[in-house]
Amino acid sequence: MKIAVVGAGPAGVRAVEVLVAAGHRPIWIDEAPDGGGRIYQRPPAALRRNARELYGFESTKAAALHGCLDRLKPLVDWRPETLVWHIHPGRKTLYMLNGGMQATAAYDAVLLCTGAMDRVIPLQGWTQPGVTTLGAAQIAVKAQGCAIGHRVALVGTGPLLWLVAHQYAKAGAQVAVVIDTTSLASLAAAAPGLLRDSITFAKGLYYMGSVKARGIPTVHGAIPLAIEHDETAVTGVRFRDARGREQRVACDAVGMGWGLKPESQLADLAGIPFDFDPLQHNWLPERDATGRTPVASHYLAGDGASIGGAAVAELAGARAAWAILQDAGRAIDTAAVRRLDRALARQRKIRAALERAFPFPVRLAADLADDIILCRCEGLRAGELRAAAVSDLNRTKALTRTGMGRCQGRICGVAASEVLAAAVNQETATLGRLRGQPPVKPMPVTSLPAREHAA
Amino acid sequence: MTIESDVLVLGGGGAGCSAALHLARRGSKVTLLERGLVGSQASGVNYGGVRQQGRHPAELPIARRSREIWGRLKELVGCDAEFSITGHLKLARNADEEADLIAYLDTARAYDLPLRMIGRNAIHREYPWLGPDVVAGSLAPDDGSANPRLLSPALAHAARAAGAAVHEQTEITSYDRLNGRFVLKARNGAEFRAPILVNMAGYWGGAVAAAFGEAVPIEPLSPNMLVTEPTTYFIKPNLGVVGGNIYLRQIPRGNVIVGGGHGESDPAVPWSRPLPEVTLQNFNYALQLVPALAGLHVIRSWSGIDGQMPDHIPVIGPSRTTPGLFHAFGFSGHGFQLGPAIGAIMSELVLDGHSDVPLEAFQIDRWNVQPAVREA
Amino acid sequence: MKLLRLRDTDRPRLALTLDGKPIEALDGDTLLTALLAADAVFLRRSEFGDGPRAGFCLMGACQDCWVEVEGTGRVRACVTLAVDGMKVRRG
Repeated sequence: MKIAVVGAGPAGVRAVEVLVAAGHRPIWIDEAPDGGGRIYQRPPAALRRNARELYGFESTKAAALHGCLDRLKPLVDWRPETLVWHIHPGRKTLYMLNGGMQATAAYDAVLLCTGAMDRVIPLQGWTQPGVTTLGAAQIAVKAQGCAIGHRVALVGTGPLLWLVAHQYAKAGAQVAVVIDTTSLASLAAAAPGLLRDSITFAKGLYYMGSVKARGIPTVHGAIPLAIEHDETAVTGVRFRDARGREQRVACDAVGMGWGLKPESQLADLAGIPFDFDPLQHNWLPERDATGRTPVASHYLAGDGASIGGAAVAELAGARAAWAILQDAGRAIDTAAVRRLDRALARQRKIRAALERAFPFPVRLAADLADDIILCRCEGLRAGELRAAAVSDLNRTKALTRTGMGRCQGRICGVAASEVLAAAVNQETATLGRLRGQPPVKPMPVTSLPAREHAA
Repeated sequence: MTIESDVLVLGGGGAGCSAALHLARRGSKVTLLERGLVGSQASGVNYGGVRQQGRHPAELPIARRSREIWGRLKELVGCDAEFSITGHLKLARNADEEADLIAYLDTARAYDLPLRMIGRNAIHREYPWLGPDVVAGSLAPDDGSANPRLLSPALAHAARAAGAAVHEQTEITSYDRLNGRFVLKARNGAEFRAPILVNMAGYWGGAVAAAFGEAVPIEPLSPNMLVTEPTTYFIKPNLGVVGGNIYLRQIPRGNVIVGGGHGESDPAVPWSRPLPEVTLQNFNYALQLVPALAGLHVIRSWSGIDGQMPDHIPVIGPSRTTPGLFHAFGFSGHGFQLGPAIGAIMSELVLDGHSDVPLEAFQIDRWNVQPAVREA
Repeated sequence: MKLLRLRDTDRPRLALTLDGKPIEALDGDTLLTALLAADAVFLRRSEFGDGPRAGFCLMGACQDCWVEVEGTGRVRACVTLAVDGMKVRRG
């Protein structure tokens, strides 16, 4: 039986661990040079440091996952630095690009663990050098030993906002201000749900407390107004605080993000239907608690299917691997599966509370000023989308080029949906979603593409 | 809900929207029925070539008339659909293909289509970015390209403004003719009645014809399209080749649009997608024409569904079985340029009983297919 | 934009060029880090006149850090490791 696993983050690692233990040798593909995913991304060898220092609270988990990853690599068909640019569910074939070479891999079952990226809302000035996502700010410090600037403002909401602030402060970077668009009241209302997992809650409070204890200015329930800049650099961030007062803080870099969104392009190309999830306020591929999807032989796990974080991804990856084995008629460890199912059920409740604690600020996206760049690839402004708005996101894309650039709507898609929903006065969920089209990421035009067929 | 009209136009592609516009402008009470959104299939996803050169002689009078409409599209519908006169340069890659280009010059002359043959030396002087395999070219200076995503919506908008009713998201599930009136029922429960039905439903037009006892040998056709990231604008003419296995053009924003070969589709859904091996093959063909495209990144690929006839020209004209029924479908992958004129011609067939454009070659009964019921 | 190096600055030096100008990088830097920790300020310009860009996501998703490496072609600076002698042009 040929099994393919796409992605070597927490979900992929734990899935492959189960598959290898059951005697399989899957093909295992990751776009990065090494596994670990984004959360446990390892720095290049030249600046590798101890896990404790890199991952803080998560260092034990990180070390365990990396250990597992390294142990598994020789036992599988490991394909790092390989982009899966297309999947054909009928042929059960992956189309891959590695170092300019084309290759295909046939599978009997495939597990997609494609991870997530930041969910962003454009702001005035957000395309300027010096402005990055929160995820980028974190990668800079964790994988490159750099801060995104000398004086960094962090804007957005969600656990990542406070984690990055904490990591920056701890690494010796200067955090100018943390601007959380969620009010303290909303956070307090969600606290009972978060208490289900006292560790998650304690960590969250710890990061927030750590940031405040270091005397870093923090604002809750604020509305960011603009990132100010001159020819070469960011100069400050303007926002309106919860009391309606406009404020400005000087800084030379801004990290921004409002939670995460799945990188679900391959699930889309595999023909898996999507539903609008009101809790995450996003389109998610259909899958059940075991990772099975309506498309037979195609499984999903981790943040690429639904945002749950690394702990959930590890559980979901292992669970989906068992589903693959069970569907292939192989023996499964029912006790292990039961434990996974129970743990996943518990995590779902915690996740729901987290989503309620840090809700996506729909109005902030919907109310983008006309002159703000919405689609940074195509240089399209919010007003241009409004002027051409029709009650269908893909048609509006066709008319305006929103989401037609190099990133294929990864960055602007969320905000474009909200701007459009407000413009036509309809619910976001009724307008459809930007559909995935191959290639998943830009692919160079090359002559006589060399082919290789993996077993 | 029953909606009465003078004319029902079935299919909201460029041709159908143009028919609705022309009929409405002449005072007909016209209702356009479209399963999805206007311009969702062949008209909206095609390459965007506004090309007369290389067409079947029977299509040239229509193409000439359509080119005239393209030239005044902005006045007609308030939007030029990014129509731009870039010239169409058809290239030969060997002596046989060159002979083919030369042979076509007589056809073009007969229909007053200006063409300029460019020989082996001149072609590389005039277009220094062409690859060494190119041996000659034929330039149609009046041809060009447009943005297919914009044409049908613009025509539909103008049709509405002229009084036509445009019903999108209206899938027709049954076709009848009772007491001289067509009765079409939609999945959403609506019923549409009119004495005239114009079938402009692309690939699905075959099923409509079959429903009225005149089945035709039509097959789905899905172009394999891709677009690159933007780069410096250097390819002005719309490029094609003898044999048609590759075509490419660059828009002034810098993106290069490349088509060639076919993807896969399921018209019942409808669903279509390019095929990866065809996309990769197109890289080779494109690089043979323009080596400088090497290393440029493809950012998206797509397909759609058109109807292909065995002789690669459409069905146009009155039904042979049913009074009041007219057909224009099966444009076989090259209907985008023709769409605006087809609408005008169909309005003439409906309202005047004839058109000055000769249509004999497009008769629906040209295959002598036995009437057969095809699934809708 | 100027990245601030917080640690591990004792790594081996690499010599690159950006549009012909020398850039000093450290072993283990991505091209994005190497250029923006030096004085590059930006990596590319929007094709549509919307000013300079210097990447955004640092994880190969936003496609806003493309640069050209002589002999290699166009690459995303955020997921490409700097190598001694690389000649880089803004994308």
